[in-house]
Amino acid sequence: MFDVNEIRKDFPMLKNKMQNHDLIYFDNAATSLKPTCVIKAINDYYLKYCANAHRGDYDIAHKVDEEYENGRNIVAKFINANPNEIVFTSGTTMGLNIVAYGLMDKINEGDEILITEAEHASNVLPWFKIAKEKNAIIKYIPLTKEGKLTPDSLKNTLSNKTKVVAIAHVSNVLGYVVDAKTLAKLTHQYGAYFVLDAAQSAPHLKLDVKDIDADFVCFSGHKMLGPTGIGVLYGKYKLLKEMDPLMSGGGMNTRFDMCGDVGLQIPPLKFEAGTQNIEGVIGLSSAIKYLEKIGMNNIEEYEKELKKYAVEKLKKLDNVIIYNENSESGIITFNIKDVFAQDAGSYFNSKGIAVRTGLHCAKILVNFLHTEATVRASLYFYNTKEEIDAFVEACKSGGDFLDAFFA
Amino acid sequence: MHFSLSPEMMREIIMDHYTNPRNKREVDDKNYQTIYMDSTSCIDKIYVQVLIKDNILVDVVWHGIGCAISSASTSIMSELLKGKTVDEANNILKNYFAMIDEKDFDENVLDEAVVFINTSRQPARIKCATIGYRGVDKILKGDKDNG
Ligand SMILES: Cc1ncc(COP(=O)(O)O)c(C=O)c1O
Repeated sequence: MFDVNEIRKDFPMLKNKMQNHDLIYFDNAATSLKPTCVIKAINDYYLKYCANAHRGDYDIAHKVDEEYENGRNIVAKFINANPNEIVFTSGTTMGLNIVAYGLMDKINEGDEILITEAEHASNVLPWFKIAKEKNAIIKYIPLTKEGKLTPDSLKNTLSNKTKVVAIAHVSNVLGYVVDAKTLAKLTHQYGAYFVLDAAQSAPHLKLDVKDIDADFVCFSGHKMLGPTGIGVLYGKYKLLKEMDPLMSGGGMNTRFDMCGDVGLQIPPLKFEAGTQNIEGVIGLSSAIKYLEKIGMNNIEEYEKELKKYAVEKLKKLDNVIIYNENSESGIITFNIKDVFAQDAGSYFNSKGIAVRTGLHCAKILVNFLHTEATVRASLYFYNTKEEIDAFVEACKSGGDFLDAFFA
Repeated sequence: MHFSLSPEMMREIIMDHYTNPRNKREVDDKNYQTIYMDSTSCIDKIYVQVLIKDNILVDVVWHGIGCAISSASTSIMSELLKGKTVDEANNILKNYFAMIDEKDFDENVLDEAVVFINTSRQPARIKCATIGYRGVDKILKGDKDNG
């Protein structure tokens, strides 16, 4: 394992105060804090070798090329893929849009696209668009009473009409981890494509795209210590080759003439039109190196322990309703009894605790949790049991939420 | 600045309006002007409906989902604005926004609405404490989507 107090020294944000309290950052599912090495790597690019990629014949431009392509190698190794299967995107959302657009040619009228009611909007709306365009059908794979997706449920929903199964590896609402490998296998038995939204899994567990045998995997750099505006799309090379890119422009073509004859680059460059987010790739590479040094298995194990610790303590309070005590990841979805989530959010803020409140996904909340809104505390490996103690103390007096304004 | 309300009384007033909201109902009457207020950074979704006759806000009602701050502030606003002329209402809005922005304001025209004097302590809640007022402001300025 690792020494969390040593790790915390690497995160300058943790030294900050919020409302005169030490910051307790429990909104990691929204975005993560950044270690000094990532900030420094980005700074170095701007201070020491600022130039465009794939464009120059001089030393610093060459260095940019090396760093950029080395970033691709680092990502590939991190998820057990080949570098030519790694496309840089602006984030999960862009990745899923590229996949949905690229699969459009393979989807026909009456075909079925399977998702669940727990998906993030970015894994719903691109499919709605494609379905509308192609007269295809969106079907929801039923979830269990707890809001979980099981292989049995997928098996019962798959049919010869199924073309795509697109699901989250870890749900951002309830934090359940799906058995992606089994789901991919079932999907392939029907000749459909398996698309994995790994936004909430890549930061927290060892992701092996080959072992899962996913066709496409998307995730965001900013949720895994990297900067915002950078993300990764993994796609099987054969499929990337067949797909039409969503974006067109410089860098993605090999030649074009004014008669409209365009020669496309091969993947992954085919999907990287325009000047890319170079600082993003450099920052993400540094983030991945940092995560690998700690070890993804250690991170997963530590977060499980934190979650268990928090749930055990919260369960002893009779004014806290937990909606996902059995989910594996570090996401705790809850409410303080008789306190509207947003009021609880301000109250936690007044104690220096950052949590997310909201209608994370209206449908799943209404159908499974029977509430309009919830509070979500999401943990990462730099959080501590002491922070959870302070959080639990705050929950105890959560009924006095107007303290946020008057205490 | 001097206030006649203690913090305890302010809390009680907010909780009272939150748990027993005033003028909270939906009307189906074309003479009312309706505005829908929501935000991407906020859970609150509130409709405000105002009936203006002869330059007077004859009725102010609202409905929707909201936190304690948005519900109580809109409830208090509905009582405050009902029966006022458009000019009086505009003056109340102006002073309320000034209070929220920590600027000088006339306590006398705000009555119970002064309980939101501390909103700036929780900047993320300013949107909630002003949601109804911004709605009426849009209606009075004629800058609204009916619906
Ligand atoms: C499960 C899931 N999918 C997709 C996204 C979208 O990620 P981004 O906003 O970085 O594109 C998120 C982010 O909240 C998420 O939690």
